[in-house]
Amino acid sequence: MATAVPTTAPPARQSSAKQKRARNFSVNRTILGLAGIVTALAVLEALPRVGIVDRRFLPPFSEMAVALSERVQTSVFWEALGNTLVTWAVGLSIALISGILLGMIIGSVGVLRDATASTIEFLRPIPSVALIPLAVLLLGTGRPGTLLLVVYATFWQVLVQVLYGVQDVDPVARDTSRVYKFRFLTVGLRLVWPTTLPYVMTGFRLGATVALILTITGELIIGTPGLGRLLAIAQESGQVASMYALVIVTGVLGVLVNLGARQIERRVLHWHASIRRETAS
Amino acid sequence: MLEVEGLQKIYRSAAGDTEAIRDLTFEARAGEIVCIVGPSGAGKTTLLRCISGLLEPTAGRVTLEGEEVVGPARGMAVVFQEYARSLFPWLTVSQNVELPLKEKGLDRKTRRQLVEQSLEAVGLADVPNSYPWQLSGGMQQRVAIARAVAYEPHILLMDEPFAAVDAQTRADLEDLVRDLWERLGITLLFVTHDIDESIYLGQRVLVLSGRPTVILEDVKVDFPDQRDQLTTRNDPEFGRLRAHVYDLVQEAKRGFRPDAEAESGASVSTS
Repeated sequence: MATAVPTTAPPARQSSAKQKRARNFSVNRTILGLAGIVTALAVLEALPRVGIVDRRFLPPFSEMAVALSERVQTSVFWEALGNTLVTWAVGLSIALISGILLGMIIGSVGVLRDATASTIEFLRPIPSVALIPLAVLLLGTGRPGTLLLVVYATFWQVLVQVLYGVQDVDPVARDTSRVYKFRFLTVGLRLVWPTTLPYVMTGFRLGATVALILTITGELIIGTPGLGRLLAIAQESGQVASMYALVIVTGVLGVLVNLGARQIERRVLHWHASIRRETAS
Repeated sequence: MLEVEGLQKIYRSAAGDTEAIRDLTFEARAGEIVCIVGPSGAGKTTLLRCISGLLEPTAGRVTLEGEEVVGPARGMAVVFQEYARSLFPWLTVSQNVELPLKEKGLDRKTRRQLVEQSLEAVGLADVPNSYPWQLSGGMQQRVAIARAVAYEPHILLMDEPFAAVDAQTRADLEDLVRDLWERLGITLLFVTHDIDESIYLGQRVLVLSGRPTVILEDVKVDFPDQRDQLTTRNDPEFGRLRAHVYDLVQEAKRGFRPDAEAESGASVSTS
């Protein structure tokens, strides 16, 4: 972005040096991170081989890798992965949309906020897992049952963030919108919504992870089709290496979900103080 | 143009009432620059918020162009001190200027023209697509001024707009404001705590007392409209006015008020 800031020259040089340092640092970090993973895998490989742990319960990593490569060649695996992703995405979407809508409405109306505060504080800490019997009774063991768990857990993450966000509108910005006689809808879309967006993104990032955890949990315990159920089957049939392979897959999924959420956050909030890089004041 | 009659503002709270403004009456004629100075805590911002319709007075009334002010009026724009918080960081410079025009219901072509003209007028024609936070403080305040100017108000209220910028930028912005005022023929109400600034900009300077606020004196500033930082500020008359307003503000700080005899005890000290 080209700017005509009068004081660019000296800071620009500084910042380019700083950027170079930052880049070196991030290269170092990548190398260190990779080294950490390699070490962890080496330990995982060595422990059962040396005999410190029983290889019936923790096979060497190479066996997990073999099991994984076999799994990946089956259509059952891909079907399960697809099921998990669909449950996750649908649950997260429902939670996001309802959390944002309700949050904006409750947060904007003082009476509603006061009236719902204690109820929210009560419902929020209930572990979603405690709802499993209810979910099974109401909706059975199919996708809807697991969706209930996912939506319940994720909804609060989003709602609470949005409620904070709506409260965060700057008083001067609010005055500005009043002075220039912004309509109700404009205030909502052009002032309250962008102010809330950083909070929504936090809710989204937290919610995306929570939704994945609850998706796998639902599949594992209720038996909804997906990676979690494959995991349970592998356990029951004593395919230990295969079970670990699936655990690794869910872990990788979690990492990818988090990375994706951060990428989206960076793009959507490019103007926000926590993201923007070049600034003159 | 603008009449303020018997304005009083009391902030009520559970801990007790605070009387910010006691009794203010003054008027500003169309096309006039009126500056308002006073010691810190004199209720300058409260006064401006009452006039702008952002705050409801406890008693008295504000009349703008013959109509009583009950909320922000159409023909009015405000420039706040906190430019960084008044501009929306998620909008570019030109989007910030354009948004109020959209709300006013102007068509796209008119809007674009007004945005261009006003950015040109404040010397920011080259950065319409930058974000406010990419600009220096002085430039950000220029954006806020451009937004106000593009709105084509009849009266412009400015609340210590240059308190947060450096001295040189401040002088430039003062000249910019005088220049815009001359070109647009608007009425300008300028709140500041800087005595020199109030005399340099104003045709009249209203000096406020400490809280609860009344007017100490309505000082007339008799300079020609063509002013510049060097000659105007070196004029002996400038020095005289400066000393006079300075004395008034000092008196206000010591608690002097014209209605002191009506006041019981505490803040009485007439010299």
